[in-house]
Amino acid sequence: MTRRRAPVALLAPAALGLVLLVAPLLALVVATPWGDLAARVLAPEVLDALRLSLLTAGVSTALCVLVGVPLAWVLARTDLPGRALVRALVTVPLVLPPVVGGVALLLLLGRQGLLGRHLDAWFGVTVPFTSAAVVLAQTFVALPFLVLAVEGAIAGTDERRELAAATLGASRWYVTRRVTLPAAAPGIAAGAALCFARALGEFGATLTFAGSFPGTTRTMPLAVYLALDTDPQAAVAMSLLLLVLSVAVLVALRGRWVGGITGARTAPARTTVPS
Amino acid sequence: MNGTTVRVRGALATLAAGCLAAGCAGGGAAVPAGSSSPGPTGTVVVLAAASLTDVLAEVETALEARHPGLDVRTSPAASSTLAAQVVAGAQADVLVTASEATTATVTDALGGEPVVVARNTLQIAVPAGNPGGVTGLDDLADPDLTVALCDPSVPCGAVAAEVLASAGVTAAPDTLEQDVRAVLTKVRLREVDAALVFRTDVLAGGDAVEGVAVPPEHAVATAYPALVLPDAPNPAAARAVVDHLRSPAGVEALRAAGFTTP
Repeated sequence: MTRRRAPVALLAPAALGLVLLVAPLLALVVATPWGDLAARVLAPEVLDALRLSLLTAGVSTALCVLVGVPLAWVLARTDLPGRALVRALVTVPLVLPPVVGGVALLLLLGRQGLLGRHLDAWFGVTVPFTSAAVVLAQTFVALPFLVLAVEGAIAGTDERRELAAATLGASRWYVTRRVTLPAAAPGIAAGAALCFARALGEFGATLTFAGSFPGTTRTMPLAVYLALDTDPQAAVAMSLLLLVLSVAVLVALRGRWVGGITGARTAPARTTVPS
Repeated sequence: MNGTTVRVRGALATLAAGCLAAGCAGGGAAVPAGSSSPGPTGTVVVLAAASLTDVLAEVETALEARHPGLDVRTSPAASSTLAAQVVAGAQADVLVTASEATTATVTDALGGEPVVVARNTLQIAVPAGNPGGVTGLDDLADPDLTVALCDPSVPCGAVAAEVLASAGVTAAPDTLEQDVRAVLTKVRLREVDAALVFRTDVLAGGDAVEGVAVPPEHAVATAYPALVLPDAPNPAAARAVVDHLRSPAGVEALRAAGFTTP
């Protein structure tokens, strides 16, 4: 690899883009009330919101892995008709404003919703205003991240190893379990981490679908938004906490899995480019 | 869909405030005083409590009809959000909040003389048909009913806390919303059985919402101070807006919306 000098025409907008991304976060760090940061972060309502956020984002991530990995496998390894349509549908929540997702969830699972009215009439179950609603909202917005990451990882693994396993008599399920998924594991882990970060930051769908009640549905982003009006310093402290958590996820990704991801990504190149 | 409307409005308000802070809508100041047009011209930005949304729309129509050169831009949001934005430097001409305490945070920081243009009381809002069989404040403590209130840190929630304390009721809310319109939306969507909102919001809810009166002895009235901001880019138009709210036409619009006027 020879390094070429980058033209200014590219460097200048690149630098501007970087500043645009980093400067607001820097301002957040500068505005942080360092003096009483510990007291603010350890305030009971902050800990409540943090506990709820970590718990719901954790459950959402587990749910996403449970349904998202099989979905990704179907997209990457089958010739199912309409696969392109399925992939497009999976991508929709990614580009949809989350608040619209919240409205859609209400229209499905609200007390008057398509499904919700029957849940209420038959089982006396109402979903909105519960922690379950928070998990559903987070799963809705975070699942595409996992599916797309894992699909990429599975598609990037060498299919010939699966064919080899199959010729040795392994069943399709055995091949998936012992060959495909282990090879895609770094991608699954990376997808899960992204998914967790997205769930942790979920705001619009949660506020619309789950409401905002301390300990039950008021996650960190909702608490930040509320505090911004009444106690900006607390909002800044909580924002910093969220920033640190998100960066921690990123560092975990890079530190442990970045080799795996790039390995998975470059795998097809190794098999297709003649040496 | 109402949920979206409210959120989208909120987002627009935030955007507008950000834009104003950056100084991209100061058109009003550029119009020279004493030009041929007798009335106020240019752009006037009115930040108003969410409960004033409909009245403000009428004020906008009336003022723009009377002063063709005037562009009234209204930005309804939670009073506390608006006050925080103004203190943070969002440029606007008029601020009308649903709480004297909230406006005080602005006058303490920037100065100015607010005038009370309207008063409002709380009412229990229930979905049409009253599915929860709500008859009074006591029902808000029923854990079997789904109840929405404003968060105590925003004005409608603070008033709700006063009303509930006065009646000796410990409410069992299922959600504490950011502003009163968000609470109303939950009632309109029939997701909650009861909520405490302003009387004006019950009227704004139309056929989808019914009101259950709060006994007068517990009905705490809240004042709506209108403030011409000291560094308003368009002070003449700002005063015209406040004057209109106190004029017979303004008073009529306020009363039609369910406010009482001083």
